[in-house]
Amino acid sequence: MGLAVYMLAFALLVVGVYGVVAKRNVIKIILGVLIIDYAVNMLLVLIGYRRNGVAPILSEGQDADAWAATSVDPLPQAMVLTSIVIGLGLAALMVALAIRLYQKYDTFDMNEIRRLKG
Amino acid sequence: MEALVPLLVVVPLGAAFAVVALANLPHLARRRTDDTRTALTDQPPAGHRLLSLLACAAVLANCVIALALLRTDVGRIYVGGWGPDRALGIELVCDGLAKLMVVTINFVALVSILFSWSYMRRFTKVWLFEALFLLMTGAMNGVVLAGDLFNMYVFLEIAAISSYALVAFGCEAEELEAAFKYVILGTVGSAFILVGVAILYALTGQLNMAAVAARLPLVGQTGPAVLLAAAALLGGLALKAAMVPFHAWLPDAHPSAPAPISAMLSGVLIKASGVYALARIVFNVLGPTNEYATVLMVLGAASMVIGVFLAVGQWDFKRLLAYHSISQMGYVVLAIGVAASVVAKGGDRRIAALCLFGGLFHLFNHAAFKSLLFLSSGSIEHQTGTRMLKEMGGLTRRMPVTSFCCRIGALSIAGVPPFNGFFSKLIIIIGLAMAGRPFLAALAAFVALMTLVSFVKVQRYALEGEPGGRVAGAHEAPVMICVGLILLAAVCLLAGLAMFSLRETLFGPAGDALLGAARSASEGVTP
Repeated sequence: MGLAVYMLAFALLVVGVYGVVAKRNVIKIILGVLIIDYAVNMLLVLIGYRRNGVAPILSEGQDADAWAATSVDPLPQAMVLTSIVIGLGLAALMVALAIRLYQKYDTFDMNEIRRLKG
Repeated sequence: MEALVPLLVVVPLGAAFAVVALANLPHLARRRTDDTRTALTDQPPAGHRLLSLLACAAVLANCVIALALLRTDVGRIYVGGWGPDRALGIELVCDGLAKLMVVTINFVALVSILFSWSYMRRFTKVWLFEALFLLMTGAMNGVVLAGDLFNMYVFLEIAAISSYALVAFGCEAEELEAAFKYVILGTVGSAFILVGVAILYALTGQLNMAAVAARLPLVGQTGPAVLLAAAALLGGLALKAAMVPFHAWLPDAHPSAPAPISAMLSGVLIKASGVYALARIVFNVLGPTNEYATVLMVLGAASMVIGVFLAVGQWDFKRLLAYHSISQMGYVVLAIGVAASVVAKGGDRRIAALCLFGGLFHLFNHAAFKSLLFLSSGSIEHQTGTRMLKEMGGLTRRMPVTSFCCRIGALSIAGVPPFNGFFSKLIIIIGLAMAGRPFLAALAAFVALMTLVSFVKVQRYALEGEPGGRVAGAHEAPVMICVGLILLAAVCLLAGLAMFSLRETLFGPAGDALLGAARSASEGVTP
């Protein structure tokens, strides 16, 4: 069961890489990159997951060691929040570039967006 | 002195946001109507020159801090109230390697921002450029100072995102296309780096580099999960460092940016977020084993050879320089890989130290001469409006300062004594030969020869001969551009001559930072 969930995250990663490598449409490539982002975020959340774990909030009077034995790992959650924000910034930047590209080339087809040689 | 270290990140980041905030103040953005000079529409508002001054001051302050730190022994710095007694924490590490990188980054940044004072006048909204430039500089300082893997990833991303935007700064069709390729490949690379970081965290429960290195032997250093993490990390970082076969974005992205940014990207970004991170991860986190050493050597040798062959046929000056960046970074990674293999085999540590010295010295030298060359290409483009070598010619007569500096840069990268490139290549070749890799040493010497051939072509077409049509009306570049070029040319000349004293203060401690931690990791000693 545990391994299967990790495999799901990696399957999602492979789908994203396929989108980036095989698709020639600017928007589809961007979607591929976003899928890769989500796959990595999912992997991060899964790493902190504990079955039947409690929320990682230490309430008053609670023993820290006993709490740590039952709660999920909060650190990957902090990491995934950072990662989501970075992903948001990147998505905005990529979409802005796509709009500008469309204004210059009148197309989203990467086969026609190749004025640079090599 | 510990209090100065976070400033290296805080000052540029703060200045970046200050520039954006101040640029939108109506008082500064207003044009003075009574001044006839500013009545021209292409002149920026007078207040915005103050912002350029602020940006220059921030970078200069950083440069001073970096030099001040060089002589002092700085311990571990804990940020945000996390002490050394906690299991987790946000740590900055300012060891020899970090100091070397910080000095390199801030010096090139200072020269680039001085250069852009005159160069960027043909663009509108220069304050956006300055804000992004400062963000990139601060983030690169963060990358080399970060003591834990996740912070390193975050700073890598800040540096990368601002560089994506800077490549597209001109908003012409080619620049947007190059930036789009760069953003896609860069993001995929970053995602793989994060996968590697996540797997290492899952295995060890730690993000701090020293703590991960200490715990990795307990979970098995060559287990499949560690290898998967290493593959993701090395693949992602090799993409950031533009190692062959992950180099496709670099020859498009680096020439498309404005010249000071080309100098920053080729001069320091691929080093800070690529080569530095590769060396740090292999030596200080994963521990130099035979597998990783082989990967580094193959990547380095392939980049060195293929990069130079791609460069020889180029006629676009900036594109030629970009391909040479791939090739020269190959030298550095090859030297670091051979050092790792010497350590992994338990060979003589002095040979490993020599290889590392050569590699790091070449890294520093490359930062100096490649930014010099990119800035002179920018100066030439600024005055003549072309980057094609065949359209230039006779520049020595029209632009003596630029041509002289450009020639020093070309002689340095081609490895002509007494310039710095000669010494670092010589040390790398001697180091490879002493490490029992005569074939790789011969390959490095051959690539040096090819580089020389390629730069003879540059000299022949750009600087010598009769002035062509575009060059005939050209004049010497403005004084700020010349100041930047002369500073870098002086470093190119002096770094080679001052090699031994620099080894004492700069490169020796940097190599020790890699080797010392490698020893404690391989023996399983908790640092």
